[in-house]
Amino acid sequence: MTVISSTQSPEALSLTIVAEFGAGVERVWQLWEDPRQLERWWGPPTWPATFEAFDFQPGGKASYYMTGPDGTKARGWWRFTAIGAPDRLELEDGFADDDGNPVAEMGTGRMAVTLEDTGAGTRMTVASTFESAEQMEKMIQMGMEEGMGEAMGQIDAILAGQPV
Amino acid sequence: MVVDELRETELDRLFQAFADATRRDIVRRVSDGGLSVSGLAGHYAMSFAAVQKHVAVLDRAGLVTKERRGREQLVRANRDGLDRARQLLDEYEAIWRQRAGRIADILLEDEEKP
Repeated sequence: MTVISSTQSPEALSLTIVAEFGAGVERVWQLWEDPRQLERWWGPPTWPATFEAFDFQPGGKASYYMTGPDGTKARGWWRFTAIGAPDRLELEDGFADDDGNPVAEMGTGRMAVTLEDTGAGTRMTVASTFESAEQMEKMIQMGMEEGMGEAMGQIDAILAGQPV
Repeated sequence: MVVDELRETELDRLFQAFADATRRDIVRRVSDGGLSVSGLAGHYAMSFAAVQKHVAVLDRAGLVTKERRGREQLVRANRDGLDRARQLLDEYEAIWRQRAGRIADILLEDEEKP
């Protein structure tokens, strides 16, 4: 199974998810470091992500948009707050308007990624914290592939058919 | 997925309520049973009125209920409000499960390449 555990804290509006992959830390790091590889997995097929700017250094910013089934573009930004290649990444994220400027009232989320060598592969831990309802709601809207039930079914199918 | 406006307002209140550490602590303290506002106030270095304001924000967000008991008001956690927050986290968790699945796909393609 890819995802091995998840911990929710409704009171702190945070989620920590732990997944294991059958590849080395350096390889999994590339999936975060290289925007072209990041685009392959960040958005679902129905809301693919395109990173327009990607200044991968502490304090650097990234801007991206996700294109919905009807052509709607939803824009967001990241700001890298800490980068410890090849196993630690921290960033802030939020939404942007059509010109790519941050929408402050939507709030700032935080994400911390750590990669660990397990001997057999890589353990990835992603800790996310939200600030506002709109932010979380929209994140969900942009990231969700299908209705909940269908999505869960798909994941089960993917996981069942996949040696990890 | 269309975001229902009414629901969004409701959720806004919910998350504003949770944005404050004191309010999160209040919810935690009243989740095992009721506590009076004065009983709560004893736990914080702030005035009774300030604690009362925090309770009012939580009440509007649907996270706690207030019940009059003689001269006191008993504050209790509202499970429904907490369940909604959990529901949103469930949805977000599903997104990450999908992402992890796509990462696994990409890594699998690596192996298949000659």
